[in-house]
Amino acid sequence: MKPFTTLTAVAAPFNMANIDTDRIIPVRFLRKLRNAKAGYESYLFHDVRFDGEGREKPDFVLNQPAWRKAGILVAGANFGCGSSREGAVYALLDFGIRAVIAPSFGDIHYANELQNGMLPVTLPEEICRGLRDQLQAKPGASLAIDLPAQTVTDTLGDIHPFMIDPVYKERLLKGLDDIGLVLEQLPAIEAYEEKYHASQPWLV
Amino acid sequence: MALPRTLFDKIWDSHVIVEKPGGDALLHIDRNFVHEGSFHAFGALAKDGRKVRMPRQNFAVADHYVPTVGRDRGLAAVEDDDARHMIGLLEENCRVNDIVHYGMADERQGIVHVIGPELGITQPGLTITCGDSHTSTHGALGAYAFGTGASQLKQILATQCLWLKRPKTLRVTVNGKLAPGVTGKDVVLAIIAKIGTAGATGHVIEFAGTAIRGLSVEARLTVCNMAIEAGGRAGMIAPDDAVYEYLHGREYAPQGADWDKALAQWRLLPSDDDARFDREVTLDGAALEPMLTWGTSPEEALPVSGRIPDPQTLGDTNQRDHALQALAYMDLKPGMALTDIQIDRAFIGSCTNGRIEDLRAAAAVLKGRKATIPAWISPGSTPLKAQAEAEGLDRIFLDAGVEWRASGCSSCAAMNGDSVPAGQRCASTSNRNFEGRQGKGARTHLMSPAMAAAAMITGRVTDVRKLLASSPSPSGRGLG
Repeated sequence: MKPFTTLTAVAAPFNMANIDTDRIIPVRFLRKLRNAKAGYESYLFHDVRFDGEGREKPDFVLNQPAWRKAGILVAGANFGCGSSREGAVYALLDFGIRAVIAPSFGDIHYANELQNGMLPVTLPEEICRGLRDQLQAKPGASLAIDLPAQTVTDTLGDIHPFMIDPVYKERLLKGLDDIGLVLEQLPAIEAYEEKYHASQPWLV
Repeated sequence: MALPRTLFDKIWDSHVIVEKPGGDALLHIDRNFVHEGSFHAFGALAKDGRKVRMPRQNFAVADHYVPTVGRDRGLAAVEDDDARHMIGLLEENCRVNDIVHYGMADERQGIVHVIGPELGITQPGLTITCGDSHTSTHGALGAYAFGTGASQLKQILATQCLWLKRPKTLRVTVNGKLAPGVTGKDVVLAIIAKIGTAGATGHVIEFAGTAIRGLSVEARLTVCNMAIEAGGRAGMIAPDDAVYEYLHGREYAPQGADWDKALAQWRLLPSDDDARFDREVTLDGAALEPMLTWGTSPEEALPVSGRIPDPQTLGDTNQRDHALQALAYMDLKPGMALTDIQIDRAFIGSCTNGRIEDLRAAAAVLKGRKATIPAWISPGSTPLKAQAEAEGLDRIFLDAGVEWRASGCSSCAAMNGDSVPAGQRCASTSNRNFEGRQGKGARTHLMSPAMAAAAMITGRVTDVRKLLASSPSPSGRGLG
C-alpha cells in the first residue's frame, strides 16, 4: 500500500450531505475489472457527471476547468454511506483523489479508504462548510494536508487540526498491509482457534 | 462480580484473539460469506499467492448477478457477458479454495442474507462477515454481523481474522404493541426517520423492547437488515426461544448433545439487566403506522397518512438541501398527500423482505384481486420459492397478474438487469431509495410487502389497512 504523509492538491467542494456509494459509483460498473490498463476513473460519480449520451454535464463540479485535476474533496456529512462497495474508493483513487474531508463518513467506506491508502479527514461541520465556501470563492485553490501533524491548511493559511486514530495513522504513514499485521500473530491465532473450536466443535 | 455486559460486549469479548494498546483488536471471524461481487478480493488473494485459510468457515452463493427468469437454461440465461463471467468465476474461486458453493442451479441457492439463517449457518453468538453492507441482517439471531469492503474481505479469506476498533453501542427500544398492519419494515423505517442515516454511525445497534420481542424471526431479520441504513456498524437482537425454535433442525445447526450445549451457551448471551449502552433511543411502537419513503435517502420516510414535507420547514441545512434535490429527482411537490403518488411498478423481494412471512403478507392482499401495474415478486431463496408454491402462494400471485420470479437480489441491487426504467416510480420492499439504485433515473418508494402489494392493485400509494377494510374481497383478513 502506498504510504500517505502529506498532500497539497486542488480541492473540490461538494455541497451535499449523505453522498452514498451508489452515487460515487453506479452499480453497473462494479463488474468491471480494474488493472493498470483499465482504471475506474471514468465511473466516478458517473450518472451525475455525464448525461445520457456520455457527455460531460458542465455544471458538475469535477467537470469545471478549475477542478478537473482535484486531488481532495470537501464534502458534507455522512460521506460514503450505503453500500460496502470498495469500487467507490477505486473510482476516487483512479480519478486522482487521495483524501476526502467531511464532517463524518459511512463506517464501511471509511474503512475502505484506509485500506487503500486514502485519508478520510474528519472536521466539524462548520469548518467543512467554511472550506467549501473558500473553494467556491477561489476555484482551483489548493488545500494542504499534513498527516504527521494532523492538520489541514486552508486557502487563507489558517490551520485546522484534525483527529485520527493513532493506529490508522501509523498504517497510513507506513503503508502497512493488514494481512502482514495479522500473520505476525499466527501463534496466538492458532492457540485461540484450538481452544475455541474445542468448546464448540459444531462450528467447524 | 463481573461488570454487566451487553449482548455485543459478550460476543466481542469472546472473539478477541489479541488486543493492542490503543484498542485495536484482532477478532476471530466465525462465518464469512462470499458472492459474485467478491471477485476483487479473490483476485487480490491469488495475486499475493495466498489461499483461503479456513475454507470450512466460508460459504459462497450466487445471488447479486443471477437472472430471475429462465433459470432452467443455466448460465445461458445470463445475458450480460461480464455477469456470466462473474458467476462462473465465483464457482471457480470456490473450487480452487475448497469453499462450499451454492450456485445458480443449487436447490439451496438464494440471497446470501436469506440463506445464512435458513441453513442455520447464522447462529447466536457468532461473528459473521460478508462483502455486503446488509450483512447486518444476521444480527437478528443474536450474532455480531457486519459488511466489509474487498480489502477487509481479502484479509478475512486469508486469515479468518480482522483487525477492528471496538464500536460503540446504541440501544433502540421500541415499546408497546404494534397495531395490525404495522410490520418490521415499518418499525425500522420509523427508526431511521427518527435518528437519520448517520444516526448510528460508529455504533452497533441493539434493538430491544416489547415491540421488537413480539416480532417473528423473519421480521427481526428485516429490522436488522436496515440497521446499516441508519449508519449502524451492525444491528442485533437478543436471541430467545423464537430464535432457537427457528434454528432447531436446520442443516448447519448443532445436533443432538451439541444442540443442548449450544443452547446453554446461547441463553447466556442477552444483555445483562443493568448493562450500559453508549446511547439510548426510545420509540413508541403502538403509535407507528405503515411507513414509506418519499425521497432519495432512507431517512426521508413518513407514515402513509403523511404529506410530502416542505424542505424549507426542515430544521437542518443538510436535510433541507438533500430534500430539495430529492424532490426534484422524485418529481414530487411539497404538501402532496403520500397516497396521491402514482406508482408505475412494484417489486417484492430482496434480503430485506423476501422471506416466507413477506410472501404470505403479499398473498393476503393480492388474493382475489388484480394488479394494475407491472409487478414482480422474487422470493429470497430457492427453498422459499418451493415452500411458497407448496402453500399455493404462487397461484395467488399469478392469478393477480404478478410475475413470480426466481430468487436473487433482483430489483433491489439491479445488478442482474432487473432494473426499473428511467423516470418510473417503483413501490419496492428493498432497502435503498438512493438516486439510480434500482436503475438509472429510477424512482424508489420503500415500503413493506403488504403496502407494495396494495400499490400493485391500486397503482398508487395506498394504506393497505384501508384497502383490506373497504374491499369485499375474501382476503380481507390476514394481516396479523
